[in-house]
Amino acid sequence: MQRLSIRKFLTNTYLAYTIAFLFLIISMIFAISIGTVSVPILTIIQIIGSKLFAGLTYDIEPMFTSIVMNIRLPRVILSGLVGAALAIAGAAFQGLLRNPLADPYTLGVSSGASVGAVLTLFFHLSIPFIGSYTLPVLSILFSFLSIFLVLIFARQIDRAMKVETIILTGIILSSFLGAFISLMIALTGDELRQIIGWLLGSVSMRGWEYIKIILPFFIIGSFLLIFQAKELNAMSFGEERAQHLGVDVRKRKFLILLAASILTGAAVAVSGTIGFVGLVIPHLCRILWGPDHKHLLPLSILTGSGFLILADLLSRTIISPTELPIGVITALIGAPVFAAILLQRRGRNKRG
Amino acid sequence: MGKEIISVHQLSGGYSGEMILKDISFEVRKGELFGILGPNGSGKTTLLKMLSGILPLHTGRILIDGKNLKEYSAKQLARKVAVVSQHTSQFFSYTVKETVSLGRYAHQKGLLQSWSQEDEKVVKTVMRQIGVEAFQNKKLQELSGGERQRVFLAQALAQEPEILFLDEPTNHLDLSYQKELLDSLKRWTFENDLTVVSIFHDLNLAGLYCDRLLLLENGKIKINDVPNEVLKEERIKEVYHTNIQKHPHPTVPAPQMVLLPDGAKQSFPFEINETMLEIHDEFITLKSPIPLRTMSSGVIGSGTGWHRTFVNRHVSKDYNCRNHREEMATYLKGNGFDPTETIGMMTAVNLEDVVYSYVDSDDFSILVVITAGVGNAIDCSKAELHSYEVVPGTINTWIFVNGELTEEAFIQSIMIATEAKTKAMNDLKIRDKITETIATGTSTDSILIAASQKGKQLEYAGSITPLGKLISKAVYDCTTKAIQKSQMRKRG
Repeated sequence: MQRLSIRKFLTNTYLAYTIAFLFLIISMIFAISIGTVSVPILTIIQIIGSKLFAGLTYDIEPMFTSIVMNIRLPRVILSGLVGAALAIAGAAFQGLLRNPLADPYTLGVSSGASVGAVLTLFFHLSIPFIGSYTLPVLSILFSFLSIFLVLIFARQIDRAMKVETIILTGIILSSFLGAFISLMIALTGDELRQIIGWLLGSVSMRGWEYIKIILPFFIIGSFLLIFQAKELNAMSFGEERAQHLGVDVRKRKFLILLAASILTGAAVAVSGTIGFVGLVIPHLCRILWGPDHKHLLPLSILTGSGFLILADLLSRTIISPTELPIGVITALIGAPVFAAILLQRRGRNKRG
Repeated sequence: MGKEIISVHQLSGGYSGEMILKDISFEVRKGELFGILGPNGSGKTTLLKMLSGILPLHTGRILIDGKNLKEYSAKQLARKVAVVSQHTSQFFSYTVKETVSLGRYAHQKGLLQSWSQEDEKVVKTVMRQIGVEAFQNKKLQELSGGERQRVFLAQALAQEPEILFLDEPTNHLDLSYQKELLDSLKRWTFENDLTVVSIFHDLNLAGLYCDRLLLLENGKIKINDVPNEVLKEERIKEVYHTNIQKHPHPTVPAPQMVLLPDGAKQSFPFEINETMLEIHDEFITLKSPIPLRTMSSGVIGSGTGWHRTFVNRHVSKDYNCRNHREEMATYLKGNGFDPTETIGMMTAVNLEDVVYSYVDSDDFSILVVITAGVGNAIDCSKAELHSYEVVPGTINTWIFVNGELTEEAFIQSIMIATEAKTKAMNDLKIRDKITETIATGTSTDSILIAASQKGKQLEYAGSITPLGKLISKAVYDCTTKAIQKSQMRKRG
């Protein structure tokens, strides 16, 4: 009975948003506060307050202001945006493919985006007119291409597009693209450690520049997806069922894949491949608050950003002063969750 | 019946390259319950997928309510047509209400597609109709297969469609829900003018409920007609490549197909003869090692059926005949007989006077067992002179046939046995006490024809057929002897 009442308590929509929002705020405050120099929470609020409202002035040590405004705050915002983008993209992929194991990483979309990013970074490409947006645009283009490759290939193998087939295809493509990236890196002869660091994902030392890069894509992608919430609900019952319910499946599927690719591509462009956020967060939100995409998508944004902010905090404090790549932390949490979902699914298949 | 709501013209198509359906043309009228039948792989599901706009056509066209299917947008079509598929996969644990609410998708307008009061009302109504209201907050995964099927039916109805397509709707349902679902579908076709097109695996259900049936074979239409015409024994045997038999439904004018297991026709050496007869003071019984096909007018087990025990029970002349069926059933049970397997008759005649005769012909044989008394002999041509008063039977005729009888032969056997009995009474000059004319029988005569349904096929039992000859002779002889015995006893 207690379980039931807890569940009911958590199901309440307003409460869900309140909890998720508080989680995000608290994560942000912790992440700004903790580090080699610890910044008191009140100071953080004062600094941000004075920046937001020009009239407010406090007597604050310039060092704190510098740490917060130039180092920690951009880092926290960037990791928050990346986490949010990956989580909502994961939620969309999972809904569309009716598959709790789908996420940008397992589907090979992240790897596709990496290829685009590596091409740009290591060959110093720059498309005329869009300048600094060459990086996200190419990443997005490659992630879009890779999800289409995966889906076309999976359809060739198995018309029913079984979950496992798609995942397997994604993993094959990931490995292939990974090797391709290694080859490119070997050919350019750059420093290996830096590259591996990038591949495992990092949000350190990116600054406000990178926030400007991801933000427009994050906003476009998220809005696109949130407007497809009903369609995602219908499509979680299968594309045929969705069609019968009146969903224009071809158009909506294209939009959803496009939006998820935009989000993944932009996230990878600024932070490298960070795995498992898109897998764990939507899954967790679904368990806590139900599968309705109308709420699942926004809640995934809030929870995903909070989660990645905390993961980043861990990555830079756990063996301080050395920084771990953030992808290590998310993989350490995500891989066991992936295994747990897989086991749960097997159990259900056996029973059913 | 209304106008055509679906018309299909020279439709061909299938999955990539492979043509499954060839030149299909038919029409469905508004308010019809239209069944699609056919063996596995005949293209039923493909046809339904094309009708519901999932599979593109190769050639031909489909008109829904006069408009080409291709010209409908997904939402427009969903407001007109709803589909319940055989399997609907669900990976996420939506609640029943969330699932049913999705049925309103096509009715919602605007970018935000807000939920209107109308939507809420429709969802509530269909949930009540389908009987899923009670578990509306449960998760789909917590439901049984049948309950889930009903949730998806409710979802389809929430679309408020004019046409409902169903792919084997009774697949996961219990017997009672099968009936309930089909009864509801039928009712909605009347009340709401809903048109239902459904694939059926069960020929009998299709025959019971559908107005018309379309039988597919190898992607072509075999026949499209009313159930009685489509469900012809020979046609079904041919299309389904199996052995079935057609029978009329016992209470509804609908055809029923029954499967014939291959083992049923195996013969083993066995014969009903007089050694199986046991004569006691209170009853005569015959126990058959296998159930016999029977047609009888006994107190218990009357009509047609399969029975293996036969009881002719002696009752006193003043036996109270009210509630005699119940009393007889209790009596049978009390003596160790199973009333469901037994045919029971009653007589006031002394059972010692039973007459039986076993006769055989070339490759079949019969056993006739008769008890007779003529205390209330009646001339049936003047029966209006008698008041209605049920008294225990006086001439009970049992005919066992070691052979396979058609229904026709059963009826002819009864006719010939009756004629023989009447002839015997005539020859013995038994008179109706009231009219003083020659009697034709007694007021409560009973008859039983029981056939082993093994061995020789006996198609007819008319008076000059081998079976007819055997029956008339044996019944005439036995009736004569039995009446004489009872008259002797009376005179003392």
